[in-house]
Amino acid sequence: MPVEAVRMEGIVKTFPGVVANAGIDFSLFFGEVHGLLGENGAGKTVLMSILYGLYQPDSGQIYVRGEQVRIKSPSVAIRLGIGMVHQHFMLVPRLTVLENMAVGWEPRRGPFLDRAAMKKLVEALVEEYGLSVDPEAKVEELSVGEQQRVEILKALYRGAQILILDEPTAVLTEQEVEALFKTVRALRDQGKAVVFITHKLHEAMAICDRVTVLRKGKRVGTVPISEATPEKLAEMMVGREVVFRVQPKPVSREGKELLRVEDLTVHDDRGLPAVQRVSFTLVDHEILGIAGVEGNGQKELVEALTGLRPPKAGRVFLAGKEATGLPARDLARLGLVHIPEDRQATGLVLPFSLAENLILGRHREDGFALGPWAQLRRRVFHYAEDAVRTFSIVAPSVRVPVQNLSGGNQQRVVLARELGRNPKVVVAHQPTRGLDVAGMEFVWEKLLELREKGCGVLLVSMDLDEILMLADRVAVMYRGGIVGIWPKEEADKRELGLAMLGGKVATG
Amino acid sequence: MRLARELGLILASLALAFGVGALVAQLSGLSPGAVYRELWRGAFGDQYRVFQTLTQATPIMFTSLSFLIAFRAGLFNIGAEGQMYLGAFFGAWAGFTLILPQYLHTVVALLVGALAGALWGFIPGWLRARRGTNEFVSTMMLSYVAIYFTSWLVSPRGPYHGTQWANQTVRILPSAELPRFVRGMQLHWGLVIAGLLCALFWYFLFRTPRGYELRAVGQNPRAAQYAGIDVSRAMILALTLAGALAGLGGAAEILGTHRRFIEFFSPGYGWDGIAGGLIARAHPLAVIPAAVLIGALRAGGMGMDRAGVAPSDFASVLQGIVIFFVVAPELFRIFRRIRRERRVLVHSQP
Repeated sequence: MPVEAVRMEGIVKTFPGVVANAGIDFSLFFGEVHGLLGENGAGKTVLMSILYGLYQPDSGQIYVRGEQVRIKSPSVAIRLGIGMVHQHFMLVPRLTVLENMAVGWEPRRGPFLDRAAMKKLVEALVEEYGLSVDPEAKVEELSVGEQQRVEILKALYRGAQILILDEPTAVLTEQEVEALFKTVRALRDQGKAVVFITHKLHEAMAICDRVTVLRKGKRVGTVPISEATPEKLAEMMVGREVVFRVQPKPVSREGKELLRVEDLTVHDDRGLPAVQRVSFTLVDHEILGIAGVEGNGQKELVEALTGLRPPKAGRVFLAGKEATGLPARDLARLGLVHIPEDRQATGLVLPFSLAENLILGRHREDGFALGPWAQLRRRVFHYAEDAVRTFSIVAPSVRVPVQNLSGGNQQRVVLARELGRNPKVVVAHQPTRGLDVAGMEFVWEKLLELREKGCGVLLVSMDLDEILMLADRVAVMYRGGIVGIWPKEEADKRELGLAMLGGKVATG
Repeated sequence: MRLARELGLILASLALAFGVGALVAQLSGLSPGAVYRELWRGAFGDQYRVFQTLTQATPIMFTSLSFLIAFRAGLFNIGAEGQMYLGAFFGAWAGFTLILPQYLHTVVALLVGALAGALWGFIPGWLRARRGTNEFVSTMMLSYVAIYFTSWLVSPRGPYHGTQWANQTVRILPSAELPRFVRGMQLHWGLVIAGLLCALFWYFLFRTPRGYELRAVGQNPRAAQYAGIDVSRAMILALTLAGALAGLGGAAEILGTHRRFIEFFSPGYGWDGIAGGLIARAHPLAVIPAAVLIGALRAGGMGMDRAGVAPSDFASVLQGIVIFFVVAPELFRIFRRIRRERRVLVHSQP
């Protein structure tokens, strides 16, 4: 009989404006690798951060080895034998592997660090799990895969019996993934309980014994891997039912090309290609949806199109005019506006007032300023009050800081500002992320209005339902490329879901 | 609302600081009553003392504004002291070298000082914007370069050693002097200039598109970039202005108070500016009372020493306590913000 390592019951965790976990049940046995599968934002990392004591749940119970516990901090989790390897490593680059592992848990001989004892311990662990690293090497000299091994070693050294790996393959090469899988299997065979967080289907199939699928903060189900197929898991991840809350109207299209992207290649912050030779066009009265799992180049594509990141190669044309690599200000003048993915980090200056945010980027326009040395305050306030009315923004006055507004109202501020510029092309990146239903519907209606007015809308979203509901055509991004573009009528949800997850593409 | 809350917080901090100061005085065997009586007398006892307080407050207004303008753009100008020295020397140089009509000479000398300071702000600004060099470190390092460079200029081996008995330049020409209000007292028109600058920078920050951009960069550089604002340019502008303000303050101090450049003339006005800017909660108009508070502590401290109720060391201790308590809530807020930002970076996806 397998022993239950962890049981979580009815875990609820909300962040302002977002329900990350809406009553999730989860159980984990010793001697199993349990996959936690779901799209980004499904609540996987939050659930495991709660188990590791980084967040406190709003409600719900946690049992470890059958006993109810309150995990107030990671140190409590470590004492309970829980270890977590984060996506971002928490190592001190200038210290050696040995020193990194010792931080906080130093074996001592008198007042001194007992290096010899530590080295013996570490070498035993290295041996046992096939985690080859040189204990004397400095962490900054190690590859990403080796650093990850150090993190795993650190957890084991601290006595972890329950190990959480948060998207461990995201940063690894193919060979490193293989080595990691070997280690994970060794851990399982030693009787440890392993949680493997991922959004990659084939990995879940390859390494897990059971898989729990989360979707939008809820548990869709838990299945033994023997009963799972990639199709079934994909369906569980993206959902079956499509609830059309808004309906696009038929439009007559002139076929005018508003945006043309040719062989665009963009690098990420590390200088690695994130977008590779992507081409597409966008015409008037059209919404082109870009679907895909987060981290497949969407962010870099959007940044390159909106003047926030210079492209490496390829060209972009806006209504026939070359616009490759132009800064945001020039693009706005040519009629392209951007509704950014993260309104709080990018779209707004939170401590600024509603009025100040409504002119962000437009603050030098003739209506709002007389040259660089005078702002036309009265006009700004008039304009802001108008915008508040037209976009039904709920706020006590236009002078309050936007950080006091709800997420939905913040998004309305961004929409009011950007759509107020009479754009021809709108790049909307995750425009409904974190909004409640009313907020979502408002955004959807605005996007459809733009389409009816003749704008071209590029809708980049992780939410396939949203794209299927709004888009005229659907492009799927995977590993920096567009794997196919489907007209709405031919778009089959299951096929798209598979394409998003790197499965085979039959058409397109 | 916000103003009332901030004011209440500052008054409460002041009360707490003087309470702790009294305790320290008691423990040191001094009489708290006498200490505070002499502190008050030294700062505001009569017209002469009030003028002394304002004389001390004048350069601190400049350096507080200097710190503030960089802080509003999200940058730390720790180098106001050096920028001030450079402005002071070159202001003096223009004062004894150029031959110009009265008043015009003063204005030109002030501008020369501001320009020298501006250069000393521009360099770290450019390094930060183009090379990512931490301005905290570079402004501080350049500060020492400026202080010792000007010291060398007036040393016996330097080219501007003006008098035999001290390391200082010759006296500036009368045409370059910044006029004093009352004969025999050092208080000069620099105070009025500083006050006007506070108002001017309030207008700049809150009523012009350029000031708007600078604040946007300070609050959220990513959003600023998204909005088409040239973030690098705003950073360079902010640190250049910061340097110019400190340089102007140095020149005014020379043309008004000392009438010649003297090595190590500043008792740390540049550092006081950091406290002043933080006490003022980075609001240009609040700089005026904040600088007067610090000036009063300085002048009052000297009074305490003169009256013999406490050594001058104790005056420094008291200054430290007061500044610490009044600045602490703001520092606490900054640290919390930095920590929150870090946490967001580490757990980037909830």
